Order: sequence, then structure tokens, then C-alpha cells
Amino acid sequence: MAKPILKAHKIRSDWCKGCGICVEFCPKKVLELDEFERAVAARLPDCICCRLCELRCPDLAIEVECK
Amino acid sequence: MAINKYLRERFFPHLWCPGCGHGTVLNGMLRAVDKLGMSKNEIVMVSGIGCSARISGYVDFHTLHTIHGRALAFATGVKMSRPELNLIVPMGDGDALAIGGNHFIHAARRNIDITAIVMNNRIYGMTGGQYSPLSGQDIIATTAPYASIDPSFDVVELSRAAGATFIARTTTYHVKQIDDFIKQAILHEGFSVVEILTQCPTHFGRKNKQGSAVDMMKLYRDITTPIGSKAKQENPNLIERGIFVQEDKPEYCREYEKIIEKAMGS
Ligand SMILES: Cc1ncc(C[n+]2csc(CCOP(=O)(O)OP(=O)(O)O)c2C)c(N)n1
Ligand code: SF4
Ligand code: SF4
Ligand code: SF4
Repeated sequence: MAKPILKAHKIRSDWCKGCGICVEFCPKKVLELDEFERAVAARLPDCICCRLCELRCPDLAIEVECK
Repeated sequence: MAINKYLRERFFPHLWCPGCGHGTVLNGMLRAVDKLGMSKNEIVMVSGIGCSARISGYVDFHTLHTIHGRALAFATGVKMSRPELNLIVPMGDGDALAIGGNHFIHAARRNIDITAIVMNNRIYGMTGGQYSPLSGQDIIATTAPYASIDPSFDVVELSRAAGATFIARTTTYHVKQIDDFIKQAILHEGFSVVEILTQCPTHFGRKNKQGSAVDMMKLYRDITTPIGSKAKQENPNLIERGIFVQEDKPEYCREYEKIIEKAMGS
């Protein structure tokens, strides 16, 4: 199977509560909390499309689209 | 997102605290339903009262938000009258096994085809942090300021003894197991129990100095192990994760159909 390639990484910041779960457990340290304590994808080129951030987010704020 | 079709988005952002594990259970449960390709109309979610029970407000299935501890009794009524529907009953540990303990063991004993999800944060979240039958000893709660002396139930062993025919356990750290186990529990014909350890950083975490939601999830990673692992043999204190029971036994609604046929003389 070919490796999935990231198409889009979307974060609904109006749903995000800044818990930091996605940031801490991203295996590639792609995500960060910004100055408003909202998750942002700071290093998108490093994303390996594992979707763990999307699966763990307790606020259903993340959607990872892969090709 | 594919699972958003099952959400009542108008109620988002939801009311759970930042980092509350209940949201991750919702997330995984919807993925299970999506993978099964189920339509909203074939699912009935019944819940009682508690932070956990608020889950039924967020899903666009048929939903009943009932009374504390009695969700399984309502669900039994729905299932008996409409056996073709899939019943999902998420409960907090208090809801399921304190006030609701009696309904729980009898639903298991009957092996009625319901999927029970025990969202176990080891505390009463909604009412401010009282201890529950799943807190265990040495736990600080508002009702146990010097530590609880009550031993805890083991959800898996209790369910097994009561007669549940599908029993699994995982945590909010092990997200892929959440949707896998719930999916298998829904497919199983009989009473299914999926226990998910879910963090309540606001009450359990704060009172017991377990740190943030992230710290609590790391703890789930570190204190659990797959069933029968070598690690478990070396350290019996580890909590096992996986599917403990999966067996076929007569299901209650099917047995009831037979009685109807018998009574009708056919
Ligand atoms: C008959 C009845 N008794 C007590 C209460 C108060 N009450 C509301 S929620 C709750 C316990 C909540 O704990 P749990 O079920 O573990 O769910 P959590 O909030 O932790 O998710 C209690 C005792 C109630 N609503 N109804
Ligand atoms: S896990 Fe979700 S709610 Fe928590 S910081 Fe990340 S996007 Fe926000
Ligand atoms: S998909 Fe995986 S690698 Fe990409 S941001 Fe999410 S957790 Fe990180
Ligand atoms: S009080 Fe605890 S269980 Fe309730 S929403 Fe907050 S973190 Fe979740």
C-alpha cells in the first residue's frame, strides 16, 4: 500500500478547547497551541497522516484528509 | 468529516471540560457506527444522567436522555418493542454501577442485545467529584477527603459473572481500540459491555494529583497492558485491555419471540 499523503489538515478553532492532547501525542510534533491556546498545525510538511490527532481529539475539532 | 453526519453540530462546542475523555469516547463511537455503515435511523441511544450521559444530546440518532441509573431499563423496553433496532447505552461509572448496578446485572443476566459502554472516570463528574463504586481504595473524592476505603468493582469480572456475552476494556489513550471494540460490540448479538477508562481532569485528576488530561492519558498508557501479556505476569497490578469474553448464548428478545409463538399456538 502506498503511503498516504496529506491533502488537508483542518482544525475547527471554535470547537478546540486547547487541551493539548493532539499536540502531545502527535508522533511527528506537527501541532502547537497558539497564543490563544488553540491548536494549530505549525509543521505540516512533517505530518505522516496517521490521524491520531483526529481520533484522540475530545472536541472532534480535527479532520485530517489524506490522498 | 465523515462522522459529522451523525452529529447535532448545533450543540457544539460541547459542554465537556477541556481534555475530558468523554469526548474521545464520542469520537470513537461515531467512527464505529460509520465503519459499520449504519444509518441514523437504525440506532437508538439511551442514556441516564451524568456528564457521560450528555453524550446522547450530541448524536443525531434516535435518542432518549432518561434518569440516573435507569438507562438500561428504558433501553430494555425499547429493544423488546423494536428488536430490529440497535441499542447503544453509554453510562458513567456511577450511572452504570452505583445507582444503576441492579439494572446492569439483570440486563447482563438476560443477555439482551444491547451495547453498554461504561465511561469509567472513577468519580461522579457531574455532581462535583464524589467517589463511585469504581474509585477504589486510596482515592480522594469530595465524599472521601481522607481517601476512600471502598474496594472497587472490576467491570469485566462483574459483567462476566452476571452473564454478559461480549466484554472488552480499553482507554482513551488507545483510541483505535475504542472504535474496534464498540464496532464488535454492536455486531455481537447479546449483552455487550465495553469499559473505557476516560479521564476527568477536573475532579478525579485534580483531587488525586494526576495532572492534566495529557498526564492522565499517559498514565492509561503506562498502567494498562494487552490481555495475558508478559508484562502482566511480571507486574500483576497492570490493568488488562482487550476482548475478555465473546460467546454465543440465547438472546433475550429471540427467546421472547419463541414464547409469543408458543402462546399463539403456532
Ligand atoms: C436519582 C438521582 N440521584 C442522584 C442524582 C444526582 N446525580 C447526577 S449525575 C450523578 C453521578 C454522575 O456520575 P457518573 O454516572 O459516574 O457520570 P460522570 O458525570 O462522571 O460522567 C448523580 C449522583 C440524580 N440526578 N438522580
Ligand atoms: S485535541 Fe482537540 S481540543 Fe485538544 S487542543 Fe487539540 S484540537 Fe484542541
Ligand atoms: S495526522 Fe498524525 S502526524 Fe499528522 S498532525 Fe495528526 S497526529 Fe501528527
Ligand atoms: S467534570 Fe469531569 S467528567 Fe464532567 S465534563 Fe468535566 S472533566 Fe468531564
